[in-house]
Amino acid sequence: MELGVYSFGDVQRNPETGELGSTAEAQRNLLEAIQLADQVGLDYFGIGEHHTREMPASAATVILGAAAATTKNILLGSAVTVLSTDDPVRVFQQFATLDALSNGRAEITAGRGSSTESFPLFGHSLNDYDDLYAEKLDLLLRLNESESITWEGKFRPALNEALVVPRPENGKLPIWLATGGNPNSTVRAAIAGLPVSYAIIGGDAERFAPLANLYRQAVEQVKVPGADVRISVASPGFIGTDAQAAKDLWWNHYHEAFRALGEIRGFPAPQRAGFDRDANGKGALFVGSPEEIAERIVALHGAMGHDRHFFQMDLGQLAQKDFLSSIELLGTKVKPLVDAALAEKAEAPAETV
Amino acid sequence: MTEPKVIGILGAGRVGTAIARRALAAGYEVRIASSRPASEIALVLQFVAPGAVAASAAEVMEASDIVILALPLSKYRSLDPAALKDKIVVDAMNYWAQTDGTLPEFEGVPTSSAVIADHLAGARLLRAFNHLGYHEMDGEARPVGDPERRAMAIAGDDKGARAVLARVIDRLGFDPVDAGPLDAARGFAIGTPVFGAPLGRKELQAALGVPLAA
Repeated sequence: MELGVYSFGDVQRNPETGELGSTAEAQRNLLEAIQLADQVGLDYFGIGEHHTREMPASAATVILGAAAATTKNILLGSAVTVLSTDDPVRVFQQFATLDALSNGRAEITAGRGSSTESFPLFGHSLNDYDDLYAEKLDLLLRLNESESITWEGKFRPALNEALVVPRPENGKLPIWLATGGNPNSTVRAAIAGLPVSYAIIGGDAERFAPLANLYRQAVEQVKVPGADVRISVASPGFIGTDAQAAKDLWWNHYHEAFRALGEIRGFPAPQRAGFDRDANGKGALFVGSPEEIAERIVALHGAMGHDRHFFQMDLGQLAQKDFLSSIELLGTKVKPLVDAALAEKAEAPAETV
Repeated sequence: MTEPKVIGILGAGRVGTAIARRALAAGYEVRIASSRPASEIALVLQFVAPGAVAASAAEVMEASDIVILALPLSKYRSLDPAALKDKIVVDAMNYWAQTDGTLPEFEGVPTSSAVIADHLAGARLLRAFNHLGYHEMDGEARPVGDPERRAMAIAGDDKGARAVLARVIDRLGFDPVDAGPLDAARGFAIGTPVFGAPLGRKELQAALGVPLAA
């Protein structure tokens, strides 16, 4: 199974001085994190477009471009591109260029995104949320099919035999559809022949297993030629050598992130009891020691059969050194444990029920 | 009225399907409609709420003893007031301008349900389910008497309807708290300490100022 990291480019607080880093420093920290993820053998790094002072990764492809030139193997993607408020032509050109610079390692994950700052920023109305997304996804998928396009829609000037280059190294860019669990989005991915990426950020992670089954069943029914049938899972997570110390440290940052978000959105700050429930057993927060996290990834794989699992570690001003240490443990400790456990499962004779 | 047997849900997204699962587990018959074609809803239900029946909105409203509104709030005008006349209708929707866009008629009103009540004049409108997250609907349901059982508030101007829904919510796995008339829904709206908070019956009653003996 592929393992990786995603980030919204959090600004970070220096634990020694207590000072909050600049939004510019956050971009450099993110590049450093991607380079380390590549060095420790992780498969994927995604940057989630955000436009806030706390999470200033607004131009993901620029950072990924710098990463393309300084990494060897890691896949580089968005998690997610807020497609509704961007021009699909520009999105495609940027990721196709990233693909060229990285020799075919670029991916797009399209989604609605949970934050909505890009709507006023780029002059779109949240009231058009559904229509914008549907139209722009349609155009992006068409652009991925051929270099010349004739297209007409509501939110963008028509295209008449327009040439869109460069073209992806391997013919097409992988385009994932991200969803937070609305079953209709799962069906949409299946009908479009796209891989699906589940954001599981709270509660019991296995409650997404029926959606994975729905996805596979819908794929089976619609039979899209050349469909890319894969499932990925994105979760909050943090790995430390000691399980309890990792949970105690990360709780502070988790609390800070969701307290601040709750203040804006009108929900209360998280409580430790809820955090501990979700950060253990079948919960959606993958926080703990390498052994524990490996076990929990393998357990969820048993329920969902996902192909990729990646983690948001730098939340709530986590210090860069802790972010890097968690990335290193994911690559050097968790990944070999997961690989070994899944290989053993594959070799074992099927259990009779 | 006799006890409800059929729960109808309008909206097959995360909230609608979560309520459907709880209702099925409690032994109710469940019918769901959404803006998607019935064949697509049926496929979805087969996996996320097996046993629930996909139907048209008209069929759901006609055949159900209680109708739960779990559609995007901006679509509320698509609801036919005549079809819901005299029905117990439960508004589970929230007005969340920051994620769903501004809807002028909901700006500055004490509870978004007041707008729904105006539109559905004639329905026995209640407000419930809205202060619990959809993933809590699955994870937090508990049997009667469990010390960790969460409470759920009900508001509405029809006392009899509130009592019927209270018994349903109890069967779904939550302690019902009768908050009183629809206007009391402002006490568990977005931004209040109650919204999204893990509260038991007594804590919720205290937070809403409901007499503990009630």
